[in-house]
Amino acid sequence: MNTLFLKRRALRGLALLLLGGFNSATAAELQVAVASSFAPALEAVGEAYTRKTGHTLRLARASTGKLYAQIVNGAPYDLFFAADARRPMLLETAGKTLAGSGFVYATGRLVLWNRSGPQGPGAIHALREGDYRYLAIANPRHAPYGAAAQRALEALALWQAVQPRLVRGENVGQTLQFVQSGNAELGFVASAQLAALPELPGEVWTVPQELYPPLHQRVALLRDSPAAQALLAFMRSEVARELLRSYGYDLPGQ
Amino acid sequence: MLSSDDITALGLTLRLALISTLMLLVLGTPLAWWLAHTRARCKPVVDALIALPLVLPPTVLGFYLLLALGPEGPVGAALEGLGGAPLAFTFAGLVIGSVVYSLPFVVQPLQDTFARIGTRPLEVAATLGAGPADRWRHVILPLARPGYLTAAVLGFAHTLGEFGVVLMIGGNIPGRTQVVSVAIYDHVEALDYASAHMLAALLLGVSFALLLGVYWRNRRWRLAVAGS
Repeated sequence: MNTLFLKRRALRGLALLLLGGFNSATAAELQVAVASSFAPALEAVGEAYTRKTGHTLRLARASTGKLYAQIVNGAPYDLFFAADARRPMLLETAGKTLAGSGFVYATGRLVLWNRSGPQGPGAIHALREGDYRYLAIANPRHAPYGAAAQRALEALALWQAVQPRLVRGENVGQTLQFVQSGNAELGFVASAQLAALPELPGEVWTVPQELYPPLHQRVALLRDSPAAQALLAFMRSEVARELLRSYGYDLPGQ
Repeated sequence: MLSSDDITALGLTLRLALISTLMLLVLGTPLAWWLAHTRARCKPVVDALIALPLVLPPTVLGFYLLLALGPEGPVGAALEGLGGAPLAFTFAGLVIGSVVYSLPFVVQPLQDTFARIGTRPLEVAATLGAGPADRWRHVILPLARPGYLTAAVLGFAHTLGEFGVVLMIGGNIPGRTQVVSVAIYDHVEALDYASAHMLAALLLGVSFALLLGVYWRNRRWRLAVAGS
């Protein structure tokens, strides 16, 4: 079994036990746009948040780029949890968010997954030796984890060498599917995605942070309300931070 | 501005649509013929199966194709057992995906056409001493021409605009699996709307010209037939 998965399950249960009742008379429902890769973690945080405040979250999952386009065109979301910092900043510049309300809520971690690899030499070894048919990455043009993967491959001086065997997923979720279905042997994915898998076959190489720019993920407040403010405050609480860590995220101020 | 990758994608898309349409016509003809004339009890089952690609959203269909073509899927495992290479992320894989995806668009017009023609003209031709190849060439094909035109145009246009299936099984490799619809989508996601608009306009323009050519020729053919 996947140890991160077990740890996450235990923490989730603990968080639900620790947090007490709430006043349902003032319960609100927040419309939350969330990048697909962050949705499982936000669901867990959302459960704890609901326990604490009585407010509930309704999640709309899509890629950060699609959600951005929807928000620019007036989609009625209260909050936007992006998988990057760029799109929330663009929204802030365009005056679509409450000025000064956004912050980095988590930092993603890039990993190389070798699904069918034998334990031992390591996924990076397979990549260096060219011992694979396809390497999957998210599209570097618009997917944050894809851009990070490209930077890491460049830093490893492997970017040119992998070109003939490179396949590109629309986003990091599809990149995971390419590897999970066995069509690509290797893939650069988000640590958080692997943490959400019940079974984790093969081996994982955590890409050293110095090989790529940090994957800061920002949240933007689009419509102000007490419930939305409470969620933003809750994201900074130790309960939420511990849950996010269990999903494989690094946290600001760590 | 359009990049060389965009032009490559356009060529690849036309090639994919052309090859898929030809394969669909070759596969669809016996299938539609059989469906139009059979009294087999399993006919409704086959009818329903052929209509199924219409039900699934293309990305969902593509997802299951990805699983099926993978080394642990039925198709991928069988291929590997025969010593073949996996089909995901290859042009051949896209052709197979397109054929599955566009099958109802080709089979159904042909089936309707064959059913409408019925067996009577064939029987008459046979009594006049025409052999099977002769009957097919000189009786069925001219009568079924409008049906073939509809089937080919629908299959071709549907494959040109195909997105979800290719997105899921293609891997977006320029020159091999990156088709126009995926290239346009990439431009949009990267907020490069100018390139997206140009490529979309080019796809529409080329498709319109091709379809116009086909319909134009057909009109002249019909006028010629009416005149003779």
